[in-house]
This record gives sequence, structure tokens and C-alpha cells, in this order.
Amino acid sequence: MSDVQPLVHARGLVKRFGDFVAVDGIDIDVAPGEAFGFLGPNGAGKSSTMRMISCVSMPSAGELRIFGMDPVREGPRIRGRLGVCPQLDNLDPDLTVRENLTTYARYFGLSRAQARARAEELLEFAQLRDRASSRVEPLSGGMKRRLTIARAMVNEPDLVLLDEPTTGLDPQARHLLWERLFRLKQQGVTLVLTTHYMDEAEQLCDRLVVMDGGRIVAEGSPRSLIESYSSPEVVELRFGGQELAGFVAPLDGVGDRVDVLPDRILLYAKDGDAAVSEVHRRELVPSSVLVRRSSLEDVFLHLTGRTLVE
Amino acid sequence: MVTLTVARLVSGRVSVGRVGAVVGRNVGALRSGASYWLVLVSGFFEPLLYLLSIGVGVGALVGRIPVGDGRVVSYAVFVAPAMLAVSAMNGALSETTFNFFFKMRYAKTFEAILATPVRPIEIALGELSWAMVRSSVYTALFLVVMVVLRLADPVWALAAFPATMLVGLSFGALGMAVSTLLRGWQDFDLMTAAQFSLFLFSGTFSPVADYPGVLAVVVRVTPLYHSVELVRGLASGVPQWGLLGHAGYLVVMAVAGLWFAARRIERVLCA
Repeated sequence: MSDVQPLVHARGLVKRFGDFVAVDGIDIDVAPGEAFGFLGPNGAGKSSTMRMISCVSMPSAGELRIFGMDPVREGPRIRGRLGVCPQLDNLDPDLTVRENLTTYARYFGLSRAQARARAEELLEFAQLRDRASSRVEPLSGGMKRRLTIARAMVNEPDLVLLDEPTTGLDPQARHLLWERLFRLKQQGVTLVLTTHYMDEAEQLCDRLVVMDGGRIVAEGSPRSLIESYSSPEVVELRFGGQELAGFVAPLDGVGDRVDVLPDRILLYAKDGDAAVSEVHRRELVPSSVLVRRSSLEDVFLHLTGRTLVE
Repeated sequence: MVTLTVARLVSGRVSVGRVGAVVGRNVGALRSGASYWLVLVSGFFEPLLYLLSIGVGVGALVGRIPVGDGRVVSYAVFVAPAMLAVSAMNGALSETTFNFFFKMRYAKTFEAILATPVRPIEIALGELSWAMVRSSVYTALFLVVMVVLRLADPVWALAAFPATMLVGLSFGALGMAVSTLLRGWQDFDLMTAAQFSLFLFSGTFSPVADYPGVLAVVVRVTPLYHSVELVRGLASGVPQWGLLGHAGYLVVMAVAGLWFAARRIERVLCA
């Protein structure tokens, strides 16, 4: 990575809104071809960071370079090479599906003929060819999202920014979208995305940072994060309606670590089944037991002391 | 921070292509929206109906009116150029108030555009150009009506046309600037009230010289008064050097409104 110029380079990046510090001095490098993720709860500073990278919002302090250029001085040039898919769809309600693409292409300086040709390709990519002449409003959430992503691809960007690309979609729509994003990744498009879904980060990201309170609290590949911040397996214990805090002492030493959540206890262990046997040997009787592989959710819980579910 | 914002606003060349793309978006919206046409047509008829009802109808009960140069004209000839200026104002304002506000605050159209190379000043220029197109279509049709009804000489009607474009430009810029400050749809009632007051008291239906002292002074500060004077001076064929002063007022308003609107788009959407 050191010999290739990073597409995104940030050092001590800060964003303030009045007294509120949304992003509190973060360092990032995104290499070409990488799929890079920001993971964190709402309010962690992910979207503020994305808006700075997309050269819409200016940094309050710190250094930021996109394609090696300064967003303050060369905003239009940088934005010409970016594809931005915002958190909330902002498709044009006065235009048809096709016109949303052709009109957007014109903002990037494509000729009318180029815009039309590009729109046809992208209608195919977004699987919206049969809705091309429809207005945007009647489309389903998944269709709108695919159109927004297709629109972000209109200028054949070197870097695509996706802010919570699948939030609010049903499982089928999410999987279809993931498949489309994976296809982009295979074509060599660099992706930077934010998410608060663990499975999404695991599916799509080569590397990610965990953000909390405007800071980066951990960085690495999904697998390496799980290895460094969690155990290979997790045992989830439920004890009906009983007060869970009382079980912490009896469970001491069963696993590497114990976390008490409002509804269940998590036991982190190398061998989940062995841990369950130990729980039974201590004559504790959980109402339900689940042994599963460790996930990013556990990493997040460990790092921030909070679950990501909102 | 303020100087940085100003520097960003004016730095870099304005791209004609990008301004054109913003205009093109509105052409696309016009093409694919039947409802838009309805709004477009109704906006034209309002001043025309006033011309016929008040200018011609009430005008039959009113004597002749002096228009400088010692000339006197019929009431309809006096009112017609004012309604022409009003149609320029209405055309530009309806585009840069309701439509602009909707695109800026609700549909997030500008937010989407700002993720592309297009800059705030280019959005403002594109929207203003489009407002001027709409306003000019209104005034061109209105001038045809005036000539057909023998309320204006064809040559002077042609001379008045660029003046109406300036009126559209300046009101379009003012409308955009005001729209960026509106908090919600409820504020439109205030704006409509202000617009209607201008419509009634800008020397439209009676000469400002006949107004009571204080009102005459207040009216001379407001923009529609200068528009009416400029357009009337040309349309009724009595050009005077004083018209340049009215034109100057409108140019300043256009530039100030445009600058302010671009700055506000940046402040609100690029935070």
C-alpha cells in the first residue's frame, strides 16, 4: 500500500458543528481496488466522514486528500471522479427512471448521446429496464436503492461512496444489492461504505474501521478484528426472566470473558461446547443455550461496551 | 471561515456546461410532467385577466392618464405595461420560490446535484436562467396580446421585451434568495402577501405621483415599482434617461440575489 498513492488519505481529520465534534481526529488510507468500511452506530461520525470524503462538507481541521487532491481547492475535479450513494435516496421525483440517469450524467459533462448510452447500460445493471419510463415514486425501496447506486456509477467513478447502502431494505433486496456491489468490486471499483450491519461489513469489506464517538477504535480485516478482539466462539445463555447480574460470579472462569446484555449473557470461549459442559457441571440451568462463531457484533460490543442494535 | 466560504464560492470558473445541465434538468421535468404545464399556463393568465377586467373593464369608467412628455393615454394603455411587468415577476417568482424551495428542502434535488462537479453558484445560475426562460415566455405572449389589442406599438413592444427579461432576472434572483431563508410552507403565505402588495401598489393601477407622501416614498424603494416604470417607459414609447436608473436598480438586485442564494445553498447544504 505504501508504494501506491491512496485514493483517500486522512490525517487528524476533524468535523465540528458548533461545539459538537462529529469526527474527532481520524486517520484513514484507502488503497485502489479496496472495499473499505466504516462500522459504527448512528452518531459515530460515519456520515460526517463520508460527506467530507465526497467533498461536499469541508473538514474543520486535519488533512484530507482525495486522489491526492485537496477537496477545498479542487472539489469539482474530485467529485467528477466520485460516485456517491447517499444514506437517503435523493432521486429526482420530477423525472423518469431513465431521465434520472441521463440528467445526472449531464452534471458530469457527458454528452447527450453518451448519457443515453450510459443510462441503458446502467438500467441493465440495476435491473430496471422494464421500469425505465416510470416515475421514481412508485418504485419499491430496493429498486430506488439500485437506481441510486446506478446513478452513482454514471460517470464511471474511480471511487464509490455508499452511506448505509442497505439500511431499510428487506433481506431479498439486500442480497440482490450485495451481489451488485460485489460485481462492482470484481470490476476493480474501489468502494468505501458505512454500515451498522455486521453481516454487511463481513460480506463486502476487505478492511474496516470501527468508529465510536467520532473516533476510530479499531481497524483491520473483519477476520483479524474478530481474532484480536473476540474469541473464536461465543455461547449465548438465557435464564428466563431472572436477574442476569447474579450469574456473573458463578460463571467466572468458564470462558475468556463474560458480557451481560439486557436479555442474555455472552460467554467468549475457544471451545463453545466445552464451555457449555462447564456451565452444566456448575449446576447452572439456562433456559436456552446457543453456541455460535464469533462475529463483528462481538468485536463491537467488546470495543464500545454497547450492542449495535438500534 | 467566512472568507474561506466566499473564496470557494467565487473561486474556479463557472462552467457553462454545468449551468446548462441544471437548466436541462428543468426541461426534463417539464417534458415528463403534465401538472407542470397546468401551473405554467395558469401563471400566464392571471395578469392577462387583470388587464382585461381592470385595465379594459374598469378603464372604461376612468379618464385618461398622463405618462410624462405631456402625453395622455387611455387607462388600458397605462395598466397594460404594468401587467406585463407583473407577468415577468410572476413567471420568475413561481419558478424560484415554490419550485426552488421544493428542490432545495424537500426533494433533495440540490443535494444530489452537489455530489457531482456542479457548484452552488452553478445551481443558482441554472435555476435563474430557467426562471428567466419561463418569465420570458410569459412576457413574449403578453406583448403579442398587447399588440393585438392595440395597447402597444409593435416596435416599442419589441423594445420592451429585453426590459421584461431584466425584470424576470432580478425577481428570479430575489425569489431564490428569499426561498433559501424560508423555514417551511407556512412562510409562503407571507411571501404571497408581500407579492400581492407589490402588485397593487407599485404604480400598477394608478400613478405613484398621486400616492400620499409616505407611501410614495416606500413604493419607490420596492422592486416592482422600478420594473413597472422601466417597462412602461419603453412599451408606451416614452423612453427617458431616467429609465437607466430603474434598470440599474434591477441589475443590482439580480446580482445581489444571485450571490446571496448561492452562498445560502452552500451554507445550508454543504455544512
